Amino acid sequence: MFNKVNSKIITWIDERFDLSPIRKLLKYKKVPDHKHSIWYYMGGVTLFLFLVQLLTGILLLLYYRPGEDSAYESVRFIVTKVKFGWLIRNVHSWSANLLVFFAFVHMFSVFFTRAYKKPREMTWISGFVLLVLTLGFGFSGYLLPWNELAFFATKVGTDIVGVLPIIGEDLKIILRGGEDVTGATLSRFFGIHVAILPAIFTVFLFFHLLFIQRQGMHEPEHFKKLPDDKKKYIPFFPDFALKDALFWLIVFNILIFLALFDPWELGLKADPFAPAPIGIKPEWYFMFMFQTLKYLPAHIFIFEGELIGILFFGICGIIWLLIPFIKMKKQNLLDKIMPIAGIIVVAYIIIMTIVGYLSS
Amino acid sequence: MKLDRRKFLNTLLGLGGVGGIFSVFYPILSFLIPPKTAEPTVNSVKAGMSKDFPSNSSNIIKFGKKPVILIKTDEGNFKAFSATCTHLDCIVQYKNDTKQIWCACHNGTYDLSGRNVSGPPPRPLEEYEVKIIKDEIVITKVS
Ligand code: HEM
Ligand code: FES
Repeated sequence: MFNKVNSKIITWIDERFDLSPIRKLLKYKKVPDHKHSIWYYMGGVTLFLFLVQLLTGILLLLYYRPGEDSAYESVRFIVTKVKFGWLIRNVHSWSANLLVFFAFVHMFSVFFTRAYKKPREMTWISGFVLLVLTLGFGFSGYLLPWNELAFFATKVGTDIVGVLPIIGEDLKIILRGGEDVTGATLSRFFGIHVAILPAIFTVFLFFHLLFIQRQGMHEPEHFKKLPDDKKKYIPFFPDFALKDALFWLIVFNILIFLALFDPWELGLKADPFAPAPIGIKPEWYFMFMFQTLKYLPAHIFIFEGELIGILFFGICGIIWLLIPFIKMKKQNLLDKIMPIAGIIVVAYIIIMTIVGYLSS
Repeated sequence: MKLDRRKFLNTLLGLGGVGGIFSVFYPILSFLIPPKTAEPTVNSVKAGMSKDFPSNSSNIIKFGKKPVILIKTDEGNFKAFSATCTHLDCIVQYKNDTKQIWCACHNGTYDLSGRNVSGPPPRPLEEYEVKIIKDEIVITKVS
């Protein structure tokens, strides 16, 4: 009965829109099966968590009210009065963190399997933009509950922008919506968080996924070298899709576990006329940059220490973005250097993050 | 001749295009920069009675929109500084054990003359003048 209706609907659509490309995709798309196949699931789970953000974010929007006198109160209302409000907020906060985590894992797995190489340069670039936008989501979302910690972290985070030469001061004012972090900043961050970023994110996500569908999964060197009869594949549908779903389910369970047993704190309401409390820190994924800035002296030559720090991370970011285009005469040498450089980057991020938490 | 006319038209089109783009982005960019609101300039504020203010303690006073830290030293003298850390904009506090002004954000310290003595702050805190008029504390901006 259900099958019959179902196939009728599909025929109806098929007669009008020709579904053969989708049918072909489902039938012939295959995924290489080898010892590093596990990394193929990292992008998918990042996508899943984004969908969780979208759903919980839209739900939070029903009660959240931006504004100096209403933001904190409305989040408190959500977690104390609204039925399951605490759950929705905890899931949104925890999922945001898992999302950033898996986006990083995904990026580094793509890096170490060298999947960014020709012809996948644009997939790498669109992915990099998605990561930057995700960090933007995190930074703008952090302020929305208007609590003490987020208030001062945002003051510090936006004040750093001010050290940039020429455009710094204007950029800071544009970001803050004024000289100081005030209700105007909150309005801006709210708009950025719930409208501007989701819109841009969706466009880049569309292209990211489109490129992947067009080119198929990347096959690592060791796999490509195998004789054809030794290359194992699994069909995308249903085998890979089901494994994907299983992994989503596992992560979903972890997410719910965290949301239930480690509720996200709301803390005290921000007070622009109270001293900064002890323990001001950015979210963990900004910690390595924050910690680096702490080690810089107030002045390096004639420049402010922060300026050198920002320029350093800015240049590193641009190099990272352009990795697929780096060419060397001795390709072999480059292939040897890349993984080492990657390990140094990962080690730096991990060590600085740990040091940051130990020292605060 | 024919080519020249094409060149001419293309240049004209190009100029028009640049003008068009400019006339779209200029207003948008200007819109992003918030207008300066005319706020009444505050030159002095009253901060309560001197006798009610315990020695070796401090308070953050609203000086217009800016926070100012008012400190009464052990000896009973008043000091006032801008409470905005010169490092990255946090609000400082008075530590009554070390008798220093301290910023919790990155562990910056200032002495009781507002000089940055340790940590990342690059400049001293701006000092405000404190007068006691009939036992009432009055903070004024030094300009
Ligand atoms: C990449 C995706 C996203 C990330 C990383 C993210 C991150 C965050 C973070 C860290 C917070 C602060 C959580 C808290 O302390 O309560 C937050 C709050 C919020 N987000 Fe998102 N978000 C994302 C997507 C969205 C979307 C798509 C929407 C809606 C269209 C949304 C709506 C909200 C709202 C209304 C709040 C304030 C409520 C609250 O603070 O609990 N978010 N977000
Ligand atoms: S903001 Fe005060 S020490 Fe950094």
